[in-house]
Amino acid sequence: MYTGHQSFRKILFGFAFSPKLNINLLETIRIAHFFNAKLILLHVGEKTEKKEYEINALIKEIEPNGLSIDIQWKEGNPIKTIRKACVEFNIDLLVLGALQHENMYRFYVGSIARKLTRQVSCSVLLLIRPSEIRVPCNHLVVNGLNAPDTPNTIANAFYVANTLGAKQITIVEEILNKEIHVEVEDLRSLKRASIIKERLKNREESRVRKIVGALPKIYTQSIKINNQSIFGKRGYSIGHYAEVVRADLLVMNAPSKSTIFDRIFPHDIEYILSDLPTDLLIIRNEP
Amino acid sequence: MTSKKTNQTKNFIHSLPQNIFSGFVVSLIALPLGLGLAIASDAPPISGIIAAVVGGIVVSILGGSNVTITGPGNGLVIVLLGAITTLANGDLYQGYLFTLAAIVFSGGLMLLLGFLKMGRLADFFPASAIEGMLSAIGLGILAKQFHIMIGHNNEHGSILSLLLQIPNGIMNLLSSDNTAEHVAGGIGVLSLLIMIYYSKIRNQYFQLIPAPMWILILTVGFSYILVPMNIPYPMEPSFLVDIPKNVFSNLAFPDFSMVLEQEFLVVVFAITLISSIESLLSIKAVDKLDPENRRSNVNKDLKALGVATIASGLLGGLNVVTVIARSSVNVNNRATNRTSNLFHGLFLVLFVLLFQEQLRKIPLAALAAILVYTGYKLATPKNFRKIAKIGKEQIIIFLTTLITTLFTNLITGISAGIMITILIHILINKSFALFFSHLFKPNVLLFKEQIGGNYYVSVKYFCSFLNFYKLKYKLDMIPESEDVILDFSMCSFVDHTVMEGLESYADTFTGKGGSLEIIGLDKHEADSIHPFAIRKIIPFRTLKPIERYFTKRQKQLKATAKEYQWNYIPKKSSNTHFLDHFVFFKTRKINYLYNHLSDPNGIFNVFDVEFTEGEFIAKEVVKTTIVHVHLQEPIPIFSLDREGLLHFVYHLAGFEDLDIENHPDFNKRFYLSGEDIPALKHLFTDELILFFESNPYYHVESNGTTLLIQKKERLLSVQEIKAMIYFAQQLNHVLQPIEEIV
Repeated sequence: MYTGHQSFRKILFGFAFSPKLNINLLETIRIAHFFNAKLILLHVGEKTEKKEYEINALIKEIEPNGLSIDIQWKEGNPIKTIRKACVEFNIDLLVLGALQHENMYRFYVGSIARKLTRQVSCSVLLLIRPSEIRVPCNHLVVNGLNAPDTPNTIANAFYVANTLGAKQITIVEEILNKEIHVEVEDLRSLKRASIIKERLKNREESRVRKIVGALPKIYTQSIKINNQSIFGKRGYSIGHYAEVVRADLLVMNAPSKSTIFDRIFPHDIEYILSDLPTDLLIIRNEP
Repeated sequence: MTSKKTNQTKNFIHSLPQNIFSGFVVSLIALPLGLGLAIASDAPPISGIIAAVVGGIVVSILGGSNVTITGPGNGLVIVLLGAITTLANGDLYQGYLFTLAAIVFSGGLMLLLGFLKMGRLADFFPASAIEGMLSAIGLGILAKQFHIMIGHNNEHGSILSLLLQIPNGIMNLLSSDNTAEHVAGGIGVLSLLIMIYYSKIRNQYFQLIPAPMWILILTVGFSYILVPMNIPYPMEPSFLVDIPKNVFSNLAFPDFSMVLEQEFLVVVFAITLISSIESLLSIKAVDKLDPENRRSNVNKDLKALGVATIASGLLGGLNVVTVIARSSVNVNNRATNRTSNLFHGLFLVLFVLLFQEQLRKIPLAALAAILVYTGYKLATPKNFRKIAKIGKEQIIIFLTTLITTLFTNLITGISAGIMITILIHILINKSFALFFSHLFKPNVLLFKEQIGGNYYVSVKYFCSFLNFYKLKYKLDMIPESEDVILDFSMCSFVDHTVMEGLESYADTFTGKGGSLEIIGLDKHEADSIHPFAIRKIIPFRTLKPIERYFTKRQKQLKATAKEYQWNYIPKKSSNTHFLDHFVFFKTRKINYLYNHLSDPNGIFNVFDVEFTEGEFIAKEVVKTTIVHVHLQEPIPIFSLDREGLLHFVYHLAGFEDLDIENHPDFNKRFYLSGEDIPALKHLFTDELILFFESNPYYHVESNGTTLLIQKKERLLSVQEIKAMIYFAQQLNHVLQPIEEIV
């Protein structure tokens, strides 16, 4: 079951000249350091001397000792350009700055991040609150859905947790209410539903335990592993849960582009994207 | 399995006599009410009895509730009256036949609602709007029946004009020289007095018969007294109940010739709406009265009511709905299952067969008096006072619904109530987007907490009558014997309908040995101190004094303080420096503490703290409940943590990990760290380790002279607080056995 995990060797960060650029940059460079990765900074837009001077000054200020940073300038449609760049540079992880709550004013920026999340061919990290001082990443929440991608996603979650020095991983199994097959209407149906729920919960937990058991010990030994099964709307519950337990990073399967697959794994990620609870890492298998 | 079955049969037979008795008592009320409600709707009196009989028989066989009584409902009087008087342009009998067809159709719709599992329909209406609608119905019944009660059978007009005519009617009665009117008026007023003063008479024999039945017995008896005295009965048949000579061969049948007309369809819609709401609200209310705390299957009940309504309509009867007043009489007479409903129907058949002659002697004024009382109960000023206490905006909702209903009709009235509620919610929150961008999104999370095994429910965005069903759906999935914590801290608006609904959930949970506690409302502002008042968070205004809007949790904390004879200070206090020395708070900035409970000696202190984590945009506000214990003797500094999450912080603080020899289990479950390892080894005796192993997990930290104990990084429910206080006391005892002080 364990087929290895991805390693984030090449990280792409698409930047725009916004007031938050230095904080975003700082956080991205920090992440690149953690993964020991090559960082490519991509600006979609015209290359001017002023811009070049600005970005170089910022990088110099941060002093990324030993990190390999490559700055690229490309013109065109931001979504298409970034998507192509991911393929061209063989990128493992795309870092995007996102905004926590979308409203009318901020919708535009958010929608680019959303579209990219759905379209690119590599994993995506959405940062909702980059910080000048490092906020340690302690607690990861990862989905334990019954889907083909899940073992890989969980493996990657452990890889990331170990790299970032996180102490705790909670694997959330979201179970659809319709799997209970009993409508709670009175005491009898409630009792039956409770029994079935317990059974489903055990089934899901043992499935996830198997996935975790198949991982190399070196990844799992220093991390506290929790299982939490939640009955509710898929994709919504895990986001709300991550917010309630104040997780530092939420790791999810990638939404699939294929329409046939949609039925098994509907647009679950939309709820989370429209209301990001934490930083979000979307793991996409190499095609 | 078989023994369980025989046991059930035994129970059933054993409880049969008391159910028959209860059914009998209920039928004594159902008889006059059935006649009265039918007359009030301008339908033939017998149609009310038919509804009760059919309802009793059908719903008791097919229904999903336990101790409810079904029959004609008072909520429908206004709609039916409107339909009967208008559908055939004033021809009452033809109008009644058209209305019967509408009743059959509405029965079909209710059946459909049951199959669509729309048992939650009643939740889509704001509580105050429903109150307003019920008051309007009450006024409607009262306005018309008052005139009949004082002997004026032919007053017609809108509800308002009828109400305004009441003083005139009284004057007319006093000045008129029609004996029949005087007698009818006398009987009416006397009957009303019986209804009002019945509950005040404390005689157990008198109380055996319900008040409406007393009225029938006395008025019918009055006519018999006159016979031997050779005095002709002073009232013409127009003042008396009209029952056909042979009930069974004179049944009316519906006329379906208007089926496709808009007017007809509006009536069908109105009847279905009102009868569903009345039934669902009654079922919910009766479930709370049920001494065995059963939960009714509302969808099954809706289906049964639909079938009964179709049958009743086809036989010439009114709608069948679940009725609260008769059901509560049923419960009070110790009914245990649906057989009482069945027998209430059968006894009614018996009465009609045996006492036809006597029933024809019942004066209309007597029945009208019963209805005036019912109407008054629905529209009592007490309701208004109750709503006014909850908040100003509730008065607006209530009055809008009431007045619109009086001037137009029920459907328009309730729609206006809904619109004004939505409008008020938008104005209060100064946000349209809060509601409309989140209306169709899921907003409730339910999971079973790993530690403690209780259920945790968190609600986001807003929670009002518009999306209460989502929360209810989750709550309905939890067995009522469990403990539930409902967290509103991520929810910026909670309305009155939800607060009231949750109160009823809390009651049910308490009744069955569980609990439902609401946390996270402390920061929400309320307009009044009423527990059901609207709660909202308004950005930038969140720093108002907390005492202004006491939550239920705070009330319970106060009660706990009283119980323990401790002190309770709800006020915010920024004097939190004594916590700075704990490693836990090294990287966290404490804003304030509040809800402070302390024992008289000041040794144990419990409080909620609000602190922030992180900096700048990453700043996050967290609230948690803490026990702080002053130790008599200093002990080594240590921290006992299960998650190992704070590990790195302790390392920064110069703490070292410590494994206790010969206790592998303890070492596996807890991370113990501290500065002075030898002293710690001395402190952690076998007794102390056993204490930690055998008690629920808490995070414990010592700074040398005081202890910090906490459970989770959220506010705790009062029940959890009590458990934590107990833990703290026991721990203090193990750490420092108190020497006897003489």
